[in-house]
Amino acid sequence: MSTSTDTIEELVKKTEYKYGFYTDIETESAPPGLNEDIIRFISHKKNEPEWLLEWRLKAYRHWTTLQAPTWQKAHYPKIDYQDITYFVAPKNLAGGPKSMDEVDPKILETFEKLGIPLHERMRLAGVAVDAVLDSVSVGTTFKKQLGEKGVIFCSFSEAVQEHPDLVRKYLGSVVPYTDNFYATLNSAVFTDGSFCYIPKGVRCPMELSTYFRINAAKSGQFERTLIVADEGSHVSYLEGCTAPMRDEKQLHAAVVELIALDNAEIKYSTVQNWYPGDENGKGGIYNFVTKRGHCKGRDSKISWTQVETGSAITWKYPGVILQGDNSVGEFYSVALTNNYQQADTGTKMIHIGKNTRSTIVSKGISAGHGQNSYRGLVKILKGATHARNYSQCDSLLIGDRCGAHTFPYIEVKNSTARVEHEASTTKVGEDQIFYCNQRAISTQDAVNMIVNGYCKDVFQQLPMEFALEAQKLLSVSLEGSVG
Amino acid sequence: MKQPILAIRNLSASVGSRKILKGIDLTIYPGEMHAIMGPNGSGKSTLAAILAGRDGYNITGGEVIYCGKDLLALAPEERACEGVFLAFQYPVEIPGVNSTYFLKAAYNEIRKHRGLPELDAMEFLAFVKEKVKLLHLPEDLLKRPVNYGFSGGEKKRNEIFQMAVLEPKFAILDETDSGLDIDALKIVSHGVNTLKRPDNAQLVITHYQRLLNFIVPDFVHVIYDGRVVKSGGKELALELEETGYDEMLNRAAAVPA
Repeated sequence: MSTSTDTIEELVKKTEYKYGFYTDIETESAPPGLNEDIIRFISHKKNEPEWLLEWRLKAYRHWTTLQAPTWQKAHYPKIDYQDITYFVAPKNLAGGPKSMDEVDPKILETFEKLGIPLHERMRLAGVAVDAVLDSVSVGTTFKKQLGEKGVIFCSFSEAVQEHPDLVRKYLGSVVPYTDNFYATLNSAVFTDGSFCYIPKGVRCPMELSTYFRINAAKSGQFERTLIVADEGSHVSYLEGCTAPMRDEKQLHAAVVELIALDNAEIKYSTVQNWYPGDENGKGGIYNFVTKRGHCKGRDSKISWTQVETGSAITWKYPGVILQGDNSVGEFYSVALTNNYQQADTGTKMIHIGKNTRSTIVSKGISAGHGQNSYRGLVKILKGATHARNYSQCDSLLIGDRCGAHTFPYIEVKNSTARVEHEASTTKVGEDQIFYCNQRAISTQDAVNMIVNGYCKDVFQQLPMEFALEAQKLLSVSLEGSVG
Repeated sequence: MKQPILAIRNLSASVGSRKILKGIDLTIYPGEMHAIMGPNGSGKSTLAAILAGRDGYNITGGEVIYCGKDLLALAPEERACEGVFLAFQYPVEIPGVNSTYFLKAAYNEIRKHRGLPELDAMEFLAFVKEKVKLLHLPEDLLKRPVNYGFSGGEKKRNEIFQMAVLEPKFAILDETDSGLDIDALKIVSHGVNTLKRPDNAQLVITHYQRLLNFIVPDFVHVIYDGRVVKSGGKELALELEETGYDEMLNRAAAVPA
């Protein structure tokens, strides 16, 4: 993974020498490829402190010793890591549509079907939003409310500048840069993400999603998010949105770290609808994410809720390390694979402290030629007395060309633990569809009804406004899957 | 002369290469209750399935006219909107889908088709509560998923309950009596009888005469090997009970056509 000398020479001719390659304007992106110079470039562009650059470099050096993992149940062509641009200047977004009239009507149709609020459609379509419009937006009010409570919620880059001590204390504490190939890569090249800190005893006054949806910058390829809930605090955070997000970049490798101290609670919800590829399986995003929560303090709680309907390949295991005594970890998931999508997703619950509890409810839906795998780990360490786990992983098959697979891993090293695992596989049967038809309900409506009933347990965990969107999202994603 | 609700003319159908219906003729006028009886394999349930619009059958000949329309050209949902109802022999379970939600969706689809305003959840609940009592169903049934955890008898009663709510123009009862004890049979029959009107019609399919003591038909047809071999009034059912299918069919064969 060393710098190719050709590239350097080419660039030397063009631009002013700085770090082994050249840039002429502030707004320029880095050339494709990955090497230490690119990392220094990124770090410099973001005006990062020395310790962070060092951390990135350590991660990069480690990454060069690694091989991409191949154990997952998904097939895709090898990724050329030298063919990726690791830093894209924000100004490049200026090439977007000037008004809604220029936006692909199919996209507008989807917004309508999903019930996306009108004022959000412009932003989602990439139409440049007037700065004036933005300043009187709801975002301003929220920032004020949060500030009054001492809640820090800003971009990761901003956090590095304004709250470096907090970032330094917790970055990599839940997902060390050595964790896995993609987390290592992310640690070296991450560009931005969210940072959130909730002070002691504070209950965050709103769903952080609301603020995020209105003001978030276009999400990057290698996002890094860090949320810290101090003692006795509470926060509910939602990322993503139901609108189909297209991106020219194929690989998305984000890292999310959550830390909950004594008596704190973090609820993290994800609705993901990245471009899944076309109906023949061409194109689509690879969503390889490392998400982990650390229930560091006693009586702490971290819940992951996800609705994954997009991406060509979804590969993620949001997990919780239950270190604090009496801590609780939860994972609620609906993962849909249609057409040629593939998903290898699940969770890891690591029980370390005493009287810890974990709940896993995974609902996989396979349609078309989709392949859906649940891979879960419940690990009960020696000192985890009276640990309890309940896992339920269900698979729903629609049609007869899709697949559902389950790989549960259970490791128990303490005899007082109680682990329950239930699994079921059902098919949306012709009989059920016909029964609905005979009661005047169309096949598509019948499938939606059945799927919604199936996902109810998970949707109930979502912040209310998103439960409704999630239902719509699922029905849009299942269009044409039957009949 | 009134237009028939259902006119089946020389209907033939097969499953794959196997011929099941070999020329069925049947006419049902408004206000009439018809019963079809026959031994296993005679084609009774196939007829019910075809009338309801189930996939998997090849119509090889004949026609079915429903209120002046070509029934076989309509999708099952369309037939339901037009007032065709099938009380299933084996009602399927749909876990996760609330019974009330399901029935409301069905009811509103039909209302929409008729150009009538849809009912919201509250209105619908009030509307169905009395129908629940009619079929002696436990009220908590409305909160359960469709047919999920229902006993056999409850499933059959649930079919008639749905019929009471949807008020079809033409109802096909496919062996509604199978699996029912005498008490349940009486309740179901009472429900069916209460729903009879001069402008609707029913087709009751059954093995046993017993049901017809409670749901008294105007006409009885015996079907064998894909054809209607004998038709008569309600006494025909009693005669059949005495003689059995074999004997009756022998007698029928002996009589010149």
